[in-house]
Amino acid sequence: MSGTTTAGAPRAPRRGALLDGVRARLRKTPRWAQFLFMTALALLCYLLPLLELPIISTPGTDFGGVLFTVAVYVLVAVGLNIVVGYAGLLDLGYVGFYAIGAYTVGVLTSQHATWPWLLSLPVALGVTMLSGVLLGWPTLRVRGDYLAIVTLGFGEIVRLTLINTEWLGAAPGISSIPAPPSLPLIELPHLDWSTGVPLVDFSDTTTFIQFTVTDPVPFYWLALTLVILVLLADKRIKNSRVGRSWEATREDEDAAELMGVPTFRFKLLAFALGAFVGGIAGSLFATRQTFINPESFTLLISILFLSAVVLGGQGNRWGAVIGAIVVAYLPERFRGFEQWRVLVFGIALMLLAIYRPQGLLPPRRTIRAQQMRETEESLETADPTLVGRVATEDGDVGRDAQEKGEDRG
Amino acid sequence: MQFQYVLDNFVSLFVGGLVFGAVYALVALGYTMVYGVLQLINFAHSEVFMFGTFATVWALWLIGADTSTMGVALVLSLAFAMVVSMVTSGGVALLLERVAYRPLLKRGAPRLVALISAIGASFVLSEAMGLRGAIASALGLESVLGRYVARSRENLGLPTDRTFTVQFEIFGYGVTNRDIIIVVAAVLMMVLADQFIRRTRTGRGIRAVAQDPETSSLMGVNSTRVIQITFLIGGLLAGAAATLYMLQVGATRYNAGFILGVKAFTAAVLGGIGNLRGALLGGFVLGIAESLGAGLFGGEWRSVVAFVLLVLILLFRPTGLLGESLGKARA
Repeated sequence: MSGTTTAGAPRAPRRGALLDGVRARLRKTPRWAQFLFMTALALLCYLLPLLELPIISTPGTDFGGVLFTVAVYVLVAVGLNIVVGYAGLLDLGYVGFYAIGAYTVGVLTSQHATWPWLLSLPVALGVTMLSGVLLGWPTLRVRGDYLAIVTLGFGEIVRLTLINTEWLGAAPGISSIPAPPSLPLIELPHLDWSTGVPLVDFSDTTTFIQFTVTDPVPFYWLALTLVILVLLADKRIKNSRVGRSWEATREDEDAAELMGVPTFRFKLLAFALGAFVGGIAGSLFATRQTFINPESFTLLISILFLSAVVLGGQGNRWGAVIGAIVVAYLPERFRGFEQWRVLVFGIALMLLAIYRPQGLLPPRRTIRAQQMRETEESLETADPTLVGRVATEDGDVGRDAQEKGEDRG
Repeated sequence: MQFQYVLDNFVSLFVGGLVFGAVYALVALGYTMVYGVLQLINFAHSEVFMFGTFATVWALWLIGADTSTMGVALVLSLAFAMVVSMVTSGGVALLLERVAYRPLLKRGAPRLVALISAIGASFVLSEAMGLRGAIASALGLESVLGRYVARSRENLGLPTDRTFTVQFEIFGYGVTNRDIIIVVAAVLMMVLADQFIRRTRTGRGIRAVAQDPETSSLMGVNSTRVIQITFLIGGLLAGAAATLYMLQVGATRYNAGFILGVKAFTAAVLGGIGNLRGALLGGFVLGIAESLGAGLFGGEWRSVVAFVLLVLILLFRPTGLLGESLGKARA
């Protein structure tokens, strides 16, 4: 074994091993404990705007509003993760679907009809899905990088069409979009931390559930509920035949096609589902804002969405969630440095790309592949005098790599 | 639809498009070369261009050129500004390669991650320009730098005279000396770049790395150096484009690169990314199509025309007009 250890050593701790370690621990806990943990986490998320915890809540801006934005970004990131992460299609125009969702709601509830929000939602989702298929049908045949620029063009076409079409409200956009139906049951007080100890503040309450312009918290709850539903659906789909087909298509399209995977159809499905989730996020955004205009749907937003997915670790839904939280929450938290925000964000993107290229929380498969590669590399770059010995102990090396792979998986 | 308008003004729209297309094509060359060598969409290339536009204005300030500068003095000061702009953009491009890409290449990061790094670098560069006032005051240099850092978020105009005389007329459209300068200068640059890639030893190295990085490094090509040179050439061309753009448009700001960058990249894809001559053709086609489309549907549909054209061309020619390749056709 001595040859192997010399060749394999020094096994320095990998960057970001902490995050991966936490996840490995989580995976080893029994199912019921996992379920309990998840439920507790969800409950905490629901209570977050009422608790207004001192360090994480945002001074200056309404914490509930920030949480709503974060939830919408999470939704978008999970949707985009289907397209970019699972199916491996680089989409730079995702904001187009977001805009189509928002505008369908706007047109149906305010601009040209007075439908209730709940009725307009399914129509909006149908329209976004259809737009995903319509965009994907001709463009998914072109290769990866072209797809990026075509989708980028799609996003811009959507935005410019919104600006230039009177029927859609042109540059001022659409206003007075109604809220979802309310069901006022009880008043929930917020906590007040201004004295250092938490006090229940009955002068600052949120009505459960009343959607008003002044209180974003119910909107946050609605968004969070949708996030949870989408995450559950995402889990089912990822573990199904569809998810495996996406993965196969992403890794090697020709091989997948040869194995009988109708790759084009699955790519189209990924596009449509991604658009669907983007549409949900857009509809939520429209009803919370009550007004929408083309300014909210710029290319920059598309890029932020994509950064969220890649930062978090493309292909992993929890990675996408964390990436979205980073992208949406950090700039709001540090509003004090308003003018430096974008600069710092840019630096952060570069640093993360360099030091944690697989994302904050990469999928297990990526980690495994990286470990294999590292083992291989450490063998290749080993001391030349050891080469002969390594070769003779090849069996050992192979087993070692295999073991490493297994204890992660 | 204003068919009559387009018919009446066809030549002026066409020439206007040609002039803009020249600028697109020069910037597109930078995208296409980096893509050819690294298969990377160099998202920050638009900021390299933006730095060039500022360098142009600053260089003109530095030598005291203003609206009263005329004749030979004007030509010389513009030439000086172009050189300064090229050097600046080239420098920024080299810096970009060193800071944002090389560390990633060493680690063998996936391509999408390199794109994210590029996006980050793009934000950093554009914001650094937008915040130059704040940065200068943090360093205590505000009084030294004076107007160079004042009103950093505002538009910055070209200080020299921008009334151009008509040299000759084609079909009723007066071609100004500006149009001539821009098109001639751009075409000259493109020919130089093309010949450099085709004829010199370094150019051969670039083509070799574009074809097959591994084999070319086995054959003794220093791929790090080749990548550096590719970035440098892209930067130099973007710097030249920046001066021409300032002549044409007359003003810049910290985020001026973004839209132009997107258009230039579109032009590169249109012509077949990785293909130098494709980028030229793509730039001109895009500029002219945009200009005619704007005449036909109204100026506000300009960019929509550009993107719809892109989608249509990719549908029928999935690898762009001339096909992709810097070395030879790649599958």
